[in-house]
Amino acid sequence: MFKQLKKNLKKDFSKFQHQKIALLGDSSTQFLAQSIRGIGYEFELNLDLWETGFNQIERQILDLSSELYEYNPDIIIIYHSSHKLLQKFNKTSIEERIFFADKELSNLVSLFQTLKSNISAKIIYYNFTEINDGIFGNFSSQIETSFIYQLRKLNFELSNHSIRNKNIFICDISTIQNKYGKDLFFQPSIYINTEMVLSIEILPHIAKYTVDIINALNGKIKKCVILDLDNTLWGGVIGDDGLENIEIGSLGIGKAFTEFQYWIKSLKNRGIILAVCSKNSELIAKTPFENHPDMILRLDDISVFVANWNNKADNIRHIQKILNIGFDSMVFLDDNPFERNIVRENIPEICVPEIPEDPAEYLDYLYSLNLFETVSFSELDGERTKQYQIESIRAEYQQNFTNEESFLESLKMVSVVEEFNKFNIPRVAQLSQRSNQYNLRTLRYTENDVENLSKSKSHKTFSFTLEDKFGDNGLICVVILAKEDKETLFIENWFMSCRVLKRNMENFVLNSIIDYALNNNFRVLKGEYIPTSKNEMVKLHYQNLGFIFVSNYWTLDIKTHIKKQTYITVK
Amino acid sequence: MNKDELLKNVNEIFIDVLDDETILLDYSTTASDVEDWDSLTHIQLVVAVEKKIKVKFTSKEIQSWNNVGEMLDCILSK
Repeated sequence: MFKQLKKNLKKDFSKFQHQKIALLGDSSTQFLAQSIRGIGYEFELNLDLWETGFNQIERQILDLSSELYEYNPDIIIIYHSSHKLLQKFNKTSIEERIFFADKELSNLVSLFQTLKSNISAKIIYYNFTEINDGIFGNFSSQIETSFIYQLRKLNFELSNHSIRNKNIFICDISTIQNKYGKDLFFQPSIYINTEMVLSIEILPHIAKYTVDIINALNGKIKKCVILDLDNTLWGGVIGDDGLENIEIGSLGIGKAFTEFQYWIKSLKNRGIILAVCSKNSELIAKTPFENHPDMILRLDDISVFVANWNNKADNIRHIQKILNIGFDSMVFLDDNPFERNIVRENIPEICVPEIPEDPAEYLDYLYSLNLFETVSFSELDGERTKQYQIESIRAEYQQNFTNEESFLESLKMVSVVEEFNKFNIPRVAQLSQRSNQYNLRTLRYTENDVENLSKSKSHKTFSFTLEDKFGDNGLICVVILAKEDKETLFIENWFMSCRVLKRNMENFVLNSIIDYALNNNFRVLKGEYIPTSKNEMVKLHYQNLGFIFVSNYWTLDIKTHIKKQTYITVK
Repeated sequence: MNKDELLKNVNEIFIDVLDDETILLDYSTTASDVEDWDSLTHIQLVVAVEKKIKVKFTSKEIQSWNNVGEMLDCILSK
């Protein structure tokens, strides 16, 4: 509720991550600004909101000496309201209306481009909520010069533009209006009196959606869903009811579970890891996955399958160890309130949705939480499940070796080493957003940032893949070097996926950097470790690689450095 | 509900919305008498009153009251 968000404003934000947000609107945005800062508190964000005076979007952006550029925000939120759009449309001559969306889009594109060339801030753009002015009734959809036709076209073209321009993130407030209805979204009497187009009741939802994007930009994303089985994935109890009697398929309540499984499967296909945590005996728990004709999820969709009679909190800790990702990137879905509470009490970081009692309501409730926000997607994300499964095969294989060296040697590891290019840009950006533990300076990059780095003359970029006899992990490590002066290369960032820990990858990476440095007459490598709550793992990273700590930085003299042993070869 | 009871209810809404236990309204109270009651929080108060007392104000009414008493009269006329 807005009132609670407002109360948050009086609380202490000083320990939270600080970010500068500019909010540019063509309507009154004071309450929206308060809501965004207020909800930031709940996510431990200290968002410093700066608003332009009312209706100054174009001036602030096009005038390069404006307060906007002086403020130098990390993120710019732009909100052109549909009401103002309609006013503009009404002033457009009948003949011009057919070009209305095209013209509006080209105005927007010129704003976006001005921003892109003058400021590194990311842009969050609110799309247009639908207003049907009823001039043509239902037939509006078939009239190119109707307002709703042009508005929808504009939304669609905006999406297309943002596909190609990776510093723009569309905040889909149109779906919020679809969910809650225009009557709740918009209160005419308030609009007439204040120029506010968002009702007080809808503000928290808009603010939440906005902060969801900000969190994703900061690398706070969900990576894994842990599923209960009985009465969560299917109706009934497999141990009691048996394979024939559990509810799944097209009949009755089974339909709800089938649709739920399709949704989970779609998450898996887009790269969310699935794990099972069930109180069952393992053999019985697996039978539906293997033998039930109506099951949508199969065993090869699940990365970690845990079915036993232990406490679920302990089982989830076990799953976390295998996957090596933070608890705060996990979602636990269980129909049983008792189990949910145990997990919540023991692992407070994990997200445990209070799913409704009626399975028919699971999906709409979960849609509304918007848990799986992301700011990047790579076609390879669907491979992730397979990679985790291979990892557990590899772990088993390692048990045949008493000596780590001979294990590493037997893996026959090869790596593709490349600069950033148009094929790997999406994955590089994504890895920068996903890596929390093995990340030396935790700078996050959008695809746009990565593209700029790839063109920069003062930087040298590296990306590394890792493949072995079991399979290909894909691109798993990135190093960005900044040429500080003729002799010094500063390691602006070094991050790696935790999937490939303990393979001597860091030695191979360092050797590659050293080769480059030697060939280009650099003498010193300089690195920095910036601690976060999650990257303790790499605190001694540079020390272990032979760097020496000198006045706040780790440095390595390239000439005297002796190359490290590695079992990885260049592919 | 008579005017006095209504005043009590509205007083509670003001305390809740403005987060200030010390607010004590009477019929003659105006915005300048209450800290934090400005044109912006006025909107919040109006929406809260509408919701709690289940009335709906017209656009004109929202800006027409000179004091709390006039607001109450407006509610009672509905």
